[in-house]
Amino acid sequence: MKKKLLAMLLAGGQGSRLGILTQRIAKPAVPFGGKYRIIDFPLSNCSNSGIDVVGVLTQYRPLELNTYLGTGLAWDLDRADGGIFVLPPYHTGKTGTWYKGTANAIYQNIAFIEQYSPEYVLILSGDHIYKMDYDAMLSEHIKNNADVTIASIEVPWEEASRFGILNTNEDGSIVEFDEKPAKPRSNKASMGIYIFTWEMLKKYLTEDEAKPDSSNDFGKDVLPAMLNDGRRMFSYAFEGYWKDVGTIESLWQANMDLLESPPVFDLYEDTVERDRIYSHNPVQPPHYISAEAEVGQSIITEGCEIYGSVNHSVMFAGVIVEKGASVLDSIAMSYAQIGEGSRLEKVMVSEHAVIGKNCVIGGSGAVTVIGEGVVVPDNTKIPAGLQIGPDYFK
Amino acid sequence: MNDTFGLIITGENEPTMRELTRTRSVAAMPIAGRYRIIDILISNLVNADISNVGVITQRNYHSLMDHLGSGKEWDLSRKRDGLFILPPYVSSENTGTYTGVLDALRSNINYLRRSAQKYVLLTGSNTIYNVDFDKMYEAHIKSGADITVLYNHVDEHPAHPNPKLSYFDFDAEGRAIDMEIMPIMPTYHDVSMEVYLMEKDLLLSELSMAIARGRTEFERDIIQREMRNLKICGYKYEGYVARVDSIMSFFNCNMDMLNGSVRRQIFAGSRPVYTKVKDEVPAKYEIGAKASNSLVADGCIIEGTVENSILFRGVHVAKGAVVRNSIIMQAGSIGENCELDHVVLDKNVQVRRKQRLVGTENYPVVVGKNMII
Repeated sequence: MKKKLLAMLLAGGQGSRLGILTQRIAKPAVPFGGKYRIIDFPLSNCSNSGIDVVGVLTQYRPLELNTYLGTGLAWDLDRADGGIFVLPPYHTGKTGTWYKGTANAIYQNIAFIEQYSPEYVLILSGDHIYKMDYDAMLSEHIKNNADVTIASIEVPWEEASRFGILNTNEDGSIVEFDEKPAKPRSNKASMGIYIFTWEMLKKYLTEDEAKPDSSNDFGKDVLPAMLNDGRRMFSYAFEGYWKDVGTIESLWQANMDLLESPPVFDLYEDTVERDRIYSHNPVQPPHYISAEAEVGQSIITEGCEIYGSVNHSVMFAGVIVEKGASVLDSIAMSYAQIGEGSRLEKVMVSEHAVIGKNCVIGGSGAVTVIGEGVVVPDNTKIPAGLQIGPDYFK
Repeated sequence: MNDTFGLIITGENEPTMRELTRTRSVAAMPIAGRYRIIDILISNLVNADISNVGVITQRNYHSLMDHLGSGKEWDLSRKRDGLFILPPYVSSENTGTYTGVLDALRSNINYLRRSAQKYVLLTGSNTIYNVDFDKMYEAHIKSGADITVLYNHVDEHPAHPNPKLSYFDFDAEGRAIDMEIMPIMPTYHDVSMEVYLMEKDLLLSELSMAIARGRTEFERDIIQREMRNLKICGYKYEGYVARVDSIMSFFNCNMDMLNGSVRRQIFAGSRPVYTKVKDEVPAKYEIGAKASNSLVADGCIIEGTVENSILFRGVHVAKGAVVRNSIIMQAGSIGENCELDHVVLDKNVQVRRKQRLVGTENYPVVVGKNMII
């Protein structure tokens, strides 16, 4: 059936800057904020914006992501006409390749998109934490009679050279696209969120594919080509919290942002149902705080059992913090265990990792990461900034 | 035991539950911070691979239906079988309310007949336990019993025994030889947990016989009366059991969940308890929050002090507020500098700032749904 707008979510990135966190899973599947994964944010935004067809393009280590997406039920995307579709690269008889770039990934799925004959296509990535109403962005796109609309956010000037910067006229029309400029002339950073008028996108994808020297990337190839041709390109100014969680430090920081009071990013707004972020819900009883425990300025999820002290930290479902253990400025992912008397500072403990007794891990410097399922023996000392994988103790 | 279907009989409206069952049946009573009693019952069944579950409802079943929905959360939204909610209906031989369990079964005879499974597991709805029904089924087959009843053993009776329980006397082989139904002073020590396993055909024939003689009660008119004709055996349950049939038993059962061993028995990893999903955010403790010996569900925001208490989803404890020995149901809001001790707040109660509500150990203050204090 015909859809006005459908979403394509680029979820194939390896996220190598996340180190051992993405050793076994794709970046969008990385856990965040006590019960979420990064991909919950764009998917919930889609669901809350009334989008009911979402193609998720996967490539790198998709197994856990595929399992997580399931039928799309968690985001109310198990729909009779539409829903969530996992789209890995595939062979078409004689030919077939991996997704060569962001634009090529969409190009390879033109047939999928055409099934719904959409007027507009929303391109998303699975790298950011934010809440956004894509429907409002579409209204702007239509109002401007644009060929493409790029969501942008004002970043601090001193950081602007880290981003793709949009130089615009007063009406928001884009005059220049500056990828990581040394001397930025604007602080409007592209959020990597695009709405294209489908016919126009299809034309440019096809043309881009025909160029042998193209890297088949939206930012590097498709958008500059459109600008060159004088297409109607507009910036959509987004105000609110938006965080790239592509590095260990930024992922840690985004988790810590949730603890601020008043919050800089509020998952707790309960007035607007639209703003809710959906996720898989753990089958766990409420968390338990024992008589000797001490908990301050923290987020704690169902199934946790806290017997030690937890301060300024984020605890995912089913985490156990034993007696005498102290956890500060840290993140413990689902079913991690912190042994008696252990002290953690600025540590990310991955799912199912087990910290023994009387360990001293991390410090106020760089973030320390304990990999998934890693068992840290009793009395281990790990200085700040290390990433501890499964082979570390062999 | 996938050749068994489960039938949960709910609908007891307990006058001794005061405000709490005014708008819901006992089976829909909130428990342990995020569950309803029926979650535990249904989870027991589905954890034993039972995929056909009927829930006979009676009065005030709106809350129950709302909670159960399609049964998806228990994996009971299925092409074949699944969850069947069986509310009363008015027909030529039925006035719309059941006079007893047998009447309820008769009214749902079509469901019984249509269920393809050989065995039926009949349960009440106010007893909390986590049992491996597969083991009970094995015992049932091995003993060759006509009916197997789940029971728990008590060594001593309290000074004021619960007047609503039934007690069995089993012989050395485990066969029931006598039964006391709601005795004032019980003499036997094996307490019925109101869970009976039998062949469906046996239930149908016993039902037919009893109905034809104007009988209404399952335990009295089938189990007790037929004890010599049928081989009725017991299957002993060793874990935590609670019967929720009064404010105090409701209060105590919730407080029992603060005990780690009880919590693990009921929510044990291999037999999880499923419930309706709410998409709540994790709980948040602000600077200055204090919590001790408490169960706190997702969606709570704690700025004050919480001790020996159970907080359901989405409860807000404001700055300076102190909540002790209390049960605060979903979306409760405790204003700044309030003091609550031995209090049960039903869903969505707001206590405005600086209020003081203090109950006693044997008589907690109970506040009905949606009240503003």
